[in-house]
Amino acid sequence: MNTRKRLYRAAALLLAAAGVSSAAGKLNVMTTTEDLAAIAREVGGDKINADSIAKGYQDPHFVEPKPSFLLKLQKADMLAVVGLQLEIGWLPPLQTQSRNAKIQVGGTGYLDMSQFCQILEIPTGTVTRAMGDVHPLGNPHYWLNPDNGRRIAKAFADKLGQMDQADAAYFQQRYADFDKRLTGAEKGWEAKMAPFKGRKVVTYHRSWPNFCERFGLVVVDYVEPRPGIPPTPSHTLELINLMKRDGIKLILVEPYFDLRTPNSIASAVGGDVAVLMPSVGGNKQIADYFQLFDYDINLLVGLLQKNK
Amino acid sequence: MRRFLYAPALACVWAAALPAQDTNELLNRMKAMEDRIKSLEAEVQTLRTQQTGAAVAPVVSAVAPAALPVPAQAAPQEPVRLGGAGAAAAKALNPDISVIGDFVGAIGYPGNRPTPSLEMHESEVGFQEVIDPYARADFFLTFGERGVDLEEGYLTFTSLPAGLQVKVGKMRAAFGKVNTLHNHVLPWVDRPLMTQNLVGGEDGIDDAGLSLSRILPAPKGLFLEGTAQLYRGDTDNIFLARSRSQVATVEHLRAYHDISDSTNIDLGVSYARGHSPFAFDGINQLLGIDATVRWKPLRRSIYRSFVGHFESVWARTQVSPALVLPDLIALPGPPVPGLVANQTVKPFGFYVSGDYQFGRRWFLGGRYDNSQRGLCLPTNPPTTTFCGLPLNANPVNVATQLVRDLGGSIALTYWPSEFSQVRAQVRRSQYGGGITANEILFQFIFSMGAHGAHPF
Repeated sequence: MNTRKRLYRAAALLLAAAGVSSAAGKLNVMTTTEDLAAIAREVGGDKINADSIAKGYQDPHFVEPKPSFLLKLQKADMLAVVGLQLEIGWLPPLQTQSRNAKIQVGGTGYLDMSQFCQILEIPTGTVTRAMGDVHPLGNPHYWLNPDNGRRIAKAFADKLGQMDQADAAYFQQRYADFDKRLTGAEKGWEAKMAPFKGRKVVTYHRSWPNFCERFGLVVVDYVEPRPGIPPTPSHTLELINLMKRDGIKLILVEPYFDLRTPNSIASAVGGDVAVLMPSVGGNKQIADYFQLFDYDINLLVGLLQKNK
Repeated sequence: MRRFLYAPALACVWAAALPAQDTNELLNRMKAMEDRIKSLEAEVQTLRTQQTGAAVAPVVSAVAPAALPVPAQAAPQEPVRLGGAGAAAAKALNPDISVIGDFVGAIGYPGNRPTPSLEMHESEVGFQEVIDPYARADFFLTFGERGVDLEEGYLTFTSLPAGLQVKVGKMRAAFGKVNTLHNHVLPWVDRPLMTQNLVGGEDGIDDAGLSLSRILPAPKGLFLEGTAQLYRGDTDNIFLARSRSQVATVEHLRAYHDISDSTNIDLGVSYARGHSPFAFDGINQLLGIDATVRWKPLRRSIYRSFVGHFESVWARTQVSPALVLPDLIALPGPPVPGLVANQTVKPFGFYVSGDYQFGRRWFLGGRYDNSQRGLCLPTNPPTTTFCGLPLNANPVNVATQLVRDLGGSIALTYWPSEFSQVRAQVRRSQYGGGITANEILFQFIFSMGAHGAHPF
């Protein structure tokens, strides 16, 4: 009798443990960039664990596919990627080696965010490497437009709701809240940038078309002569002449590029270099998607006012 | 009678009224038609305007999710394009295709090593694609100046349970580090002497077989992977299968740890066993260890990095002097004891190298080689300086004699872009302590198409 009671008790404990385990189970969301992870956290709240592969302060084109990432990818329920071949140089071997069917291309947990967003600079006509390291499917830096941030959040809400139907309403409610807060924040950002609408700038890499279009800046040229090709003396000279002729005073640079050439150009034209953060986690002040735009726009406004 | 008188009068009145009615009706009809034409013209104009607008405005992508809200800030009159250009439109279901050219030149004295002055050393054509929801395939064909070879062609099952991964096909064995690398990702023009002498050289252990690997449980932060491979057992200078049962096996244990965001260490132990091509029924065993240290500061990862490699191999190769020195079989006189029996030679080799990236396009590296080899055993490429039977020498001693090759290299690499590379390497080699070769090698590597990234 005692033995039977013990068996019942053990079975009950096992069932209870299983129930607790299931209830406490959170979806593991892996993303390729910190921006996607930040938006996933906005939508997923305490129902998910979100982590990213690339750090916000590193060039997302060049990430080493370290085996330590495999440990995280192996347990992931979802893998959200920027797409448009941003991660082509490092993500495919990680997916293959992860031994996780869910996150393979076409798997139940694979989510390419570019499919939901407004994409700029989609090449038309012939695309060759003579054009530099072009992205033949369009510019992948689309998260730098809050409109696309909203679309990414919606895609997360829908996908998470599919994967965890019991919490689908929770995800939609959090998306609605994110949408509302983003709309409010956008008004503030727009108001700050409104006086500078139409101002011409130069950027180092083609990371900013979405941001500039959204906030009314006009990109006239790049420090790189072609995408992915380091600056050359002749192109730098042409750029200085162009900036002097058009009175352009501001160069936008990502934190992972060398500042020597941008600084020398800015010095030659009497302008400034703005080291903008293209991603969440670019520095310690940027912990979420809102702080990314707060930081960049505050920095820009100060420098645009200085360089009237 | 009166009726007859009224009838013509009525007829006249009716006849007079008829044209007036037609005219009014016609006028009404014409007015209606005019209105209709104006309406149609307006419609045509509207359609023309819409067509012109559509040609200018971006087309809404077919993948655009209709349920998504249009942002409040988006211009309402202009449709927003969602999604990039469809990858499917670019290549449908064709595999990713790439071609990598490897041109090598050499000047200086090569010793007995037959390196040509100018050579289109290799053209690697890659085909890579997902096969179905459960597997992907990778094929790499190498075209030399005189022939074609399947360097690798394997199927990888990506959806197996229990964290297992299986590969089936012809592949480079998971023995050490350098054996797994294709030529175009090496940090040098050539391969280390240890590889050339003991692990099959450029071709390496590259055979048809099965591979099973699994990420093993380990303390937090440690990546541990075990790999077991079964091969047919045919690898030039390493293994020879004289029957179906003479298969070869390779085992590899890899441990990886991130010391920091910028620095990591990668350690490996490998063991390979197969039948010796130099003995009648002998075994060849290889034990290898490898260590790699990498440093790449994430904020400046495209400008600065360092990779240090160390790899060593101990071989236990059984040889039959009669096979190694076939001319001896024809020698007159009494049979030499031990001529047919298997003897074991135990050569050892290692290399240590470092490569420092000091600019976005520039790398400087160095390598030191130290490797034994059997005096009369072949290498790839052949560097054997002398293998004869001196007068009164014991053939067994000659067949099992070890000599040591030493080498040192300095390499400077320049990347015009991600897709091309120019390298110069100064190499000094001492073969068996007898011949010293001083050479300058140069190399151009260039790639076309979508070549998938290689595993880390």
